[in-house]
Formats: sequence, C-alpha cells, structure tokens
Amino acid sequence: MSTTTKEKPVTLKTLTNKQDLLSGGHRMCAGCGAPTVVRQVLLAIDEPVVISNATGCLEVSTCLFPYTAWRVPWMHSAFENAAATASGIETMYRALRKKGKIKKNMKFIAFGGDGGTYDIGFQALSGAMERGHQLLYICYDNGAYMNTGIQRSSATPFGANTTTCPAGSKIPGKLQKRKDLTRIMAAHNVAYAAQASPHNWRDLMTKVKKALASDGPAYMGIVAPCNRGWRTQTDDSILLSRLAVETCYWPLYEVENGTWTINYDPKDKKKPITEWIKPQGRFKHLFAPGNEWMLEKFQQIVDEDWESLKKLQGTFGR
Amino acid sequence: MKQMNWKELPHAGTILDAGNADGYETGSWRSFKPRWIEENCIQCLFCWIYCPDTSVTVKDEKMTGFDYKHCKGCGVCAVECPGKKGNKAIVMEEEGK
Ligand SMILES: Cc1ncc(C[n+]2csc(CCOP(=O)(O)OP(=O)(O)O)c2C)c(N)n1
Ligand code: SF4
Ligand code: SF4
Repeated sequence: MSTTTKEKPVTLKTLTNKQDLLSGGHRMCAGCGAPTVVRQVLLAIDEPVVISNATGCLEVSTCLFPYTAWRVPWMHSAFENAAATASGIETMYRALRKKGKIKKNMKFIAFGGDGGTYDIGFQALSGAMERGHQLLYICYDNGAYMNTGIQRSSATPFGANTTTCPAGSKIPGKLQKRKDLTRIMAAHNVAYAAQASPHNWRDLMTKVKKALASDGPAYMGIVAPCNRGWRTQTDDSILLSRLAVETCYWPLYEVENGTWTINYDPKDKKKPITEWIKPQGRFKHLFAPGNEWMLEKFQQIVDEDWESLKKLQGTFGR
Repeated sequence: MKQMNWKELPHAGTILDAGNADGYETGSWRSFKPRWIEENCIQCLFCWIYCPDTSVTVKDEKMTGFDYKHCKGCGVCAVECPGKKGNKAIVMEEEGK
C-alpha cells in the first residue's frame, strides 16, 4: 500500500485511548456497515469537527429526537442538501474566525448515503466542491435507497434486484452499470478524492486525515454493506467490503491534486466478481439458467473499469 | 429508559446532551450473543474497530468483553476474530439457552 503521510502509522491499541464519538444505542440495523464507517472516520480526527448529515438510514437512525448518538456537533439536513448545509457552516466558521470569535482549527464533514449523494444531493455536492469549501464530503455507499425500502440509485450495481428494478420475467434486475462518482468528483479538480472500505481501517483513516489536511474540498466514497438491501447475513459486512475490494468492484485509490494512486492492487490474486455477488441475495437471479450473460457482463464491467483506473494511474500517477 | 415529557423536551429541535442515545438499550434486539473466550484472544482489537454498535469494551488498550446493553448480536466481531491457532476468541450463542 502506498501512502505518503509522514505521521506515525496509527495502531488500534493507541486508538482505543480515544473516546468513541458515536455512542451505542443508535438504531441502525444489526450488522449495518455504515456505523462502522462513521466510527472509523471519527476516530481518525484529532481536531474539533462539525457534521452535517443528509436524510437516509444514518441520519434517521442515529438521531431520534430527543436522543442522539453523536458526541460531536451534528446537524440534520434534508435529503438533498447536506453539502450545502456543510458549506454554510464552514462559511460561518470562516467569518467568525476572521472576526476573532473562534480561535480553534475546526473541520467540517458532510455524510450522505448514495441516494443522497449520487442522485438527489448531486447538485449541492457539485456546487460545494466547485466553490472550494474547506470540507470533506463522505458518501457511505450501500448501493440503493435503503431507508425507504431498497429503491435503485445510480450507485446500484449492474444486475442487482431492487424494489424499483425488480428481477422478474420483464427485467433481470438493474440493466445499467453504476455511475462512477469518485471519478466525477476527481473531475471537479478537488484537492482530494478517494475510495475506501471499512475492512481496511488503516487505509480509511489515513485517507480521512489526508482529506482533512488538504487545502480545498475533499470527497470520499466508502463502501458500506447493508444486509437488508443486499440480502445477506448480519455478520458479513466487513467480509463483503473486503471482497468488494479484492474483486476490484470497489478499488481503493486516491487522487491528490490530480495525482492518481491505486492503494491496493491484487495483481494476479484478483478474485472473480462471483465471489462478491454469490453471498448476496440481490444477485441470486444472476445464477439462474439463462442469465449467464449477466455474470459475463458484470465481470466485463469490473475488468474494464479496473483497467481504465490503472491507465489513469499510469498517465497521471507519480 | 425514561421518556421525556413535553416540558422536559429541548426547544427548537436541539439536543444538548450529546451522545444521550447511550441510554437507549438496543441489547434487547439480540437473538444471538457473543461470548469471549479469553485464552484464545490475541488482542488484535479487530472486534473493537469493526463493531457497528460501539459494543466491544476496551480498557488499558485491551479488549475486555462486551457491552450487552447495546450489542445487537450481529456477529461481525465473531466473523472477523482471527483467534489463536484457528480457535476463535468470540463465539455466537443463542440467547436464552
Ligand atoms: C426530497 C425527499 N424525497 C424523499 C425523501 C424520503 N427519503 C428519506 S431517506 C430516503 C432514502 C435515502 O437513501 P440513501 O441516500 O441511499 O441512504 P440510505 O438510506 O441507503 O442510507 C428517502 C427517499 C426525503 N426525505 N426527501
Ligand atoms: S437498512 Fe441497510 S443501511 Fe439502513 S440501517 Fe439497515 S442495514 Fe444499515
Ligand atoms: S455481536 Fe455485533 S454488536 Fe455485538 S459486539 Fe459483536 S460486532 Fe458489536
């Protein structure tokens, strides 16, 4: 893994001395990947941080008025405007700092699900990145609108069964491939854009630190398995996030001021995509007779994306 | 936990007691319960970093057990536990047995 920070690498032992900033008692489903992502993100930060959160599972289930699981200042946002909320908070901070009313160095993060990020919140996100706010937008990507009952989003993988692209006699699940939002964010020429996965906590936390230390806006896409929507077990969120990376469905990479780096290259150990999709009920129909072409097409999509990412690293790498 | 009445509720949708969800017991959701087998534990702390419910307890940089008030029994910790020589230090057991 190639990382460039000069700081001492974090160890789990030393991290245990920090207070967990997301309490227990939240109502995310048992085994949901998203709260693990949030815990890791918050553990990576040393400065005071303010969060804005788009409506979605994470937002509704961590803050049921009058109770909140957040031990940091946190603001509810509508479904579509977490990036705009964070922009406003960050602008207020800069104004108060200029007036000398705030002395502390503070950080700003917006969290959104993939529906709230790739789709309905895209305009607010694109605007915040273009205006150059000093904030980090994090999409915890579970690949559908889970909180309202598993509707397809533009992050939903090819072939997946959702309630709005149901696999049946008319269509075999989602017919389109997912939108590559991390690359779209990189095309905004942001200071930092990256993909991470909670199975690799060290890579994830290093990226959060880099993103918050960079001069300008930052974006991170983090895969967050959802056992309800993926039709899996409650105990396999970390296992499935690892397989997403090992099959190159979800490559770990970062784009720092235009320089592309792949952080994990499985080389000849790249696993076939079937290893990631086989345990997931949302892809069950792909293994039915007659749908062999879908497995082939899925593998082809993953291979093409992976090869083009390697080309980007080859052209715009170090 | 005790429900607040309307006079006790904070105004304007604010919550001033950060992290007060801690008082809410999600432990009752469990149908399986993680059990720690200390002699197989290598203190890798993977259970702690992967738990979605902040329910693996640590003290002096060591794993010490579970917070059963909040643990939902998902089993992620047991799956990720490498254990010692193939023997898991976390096993899931059915509740009430
Ligand atoms: C404008 C608007 N439309 C619809 C909704 C209803 N709604 C609440 S959460 C949600 C889905 C969120 O999906 P996503 O952003 O993917 O997050 P997830 O729930 O999967 O974590 C929807 C459609 C809303 N709150 N606001
Ligand atoms: S529906 Fe999915 S994303 Fe939402 S809380 Fe449950 S497991 Fe997590
Ligand atoms: S069973 Fe799940 S909630 Fe309970 S301690 Fe293990 S990982 Fe945490």
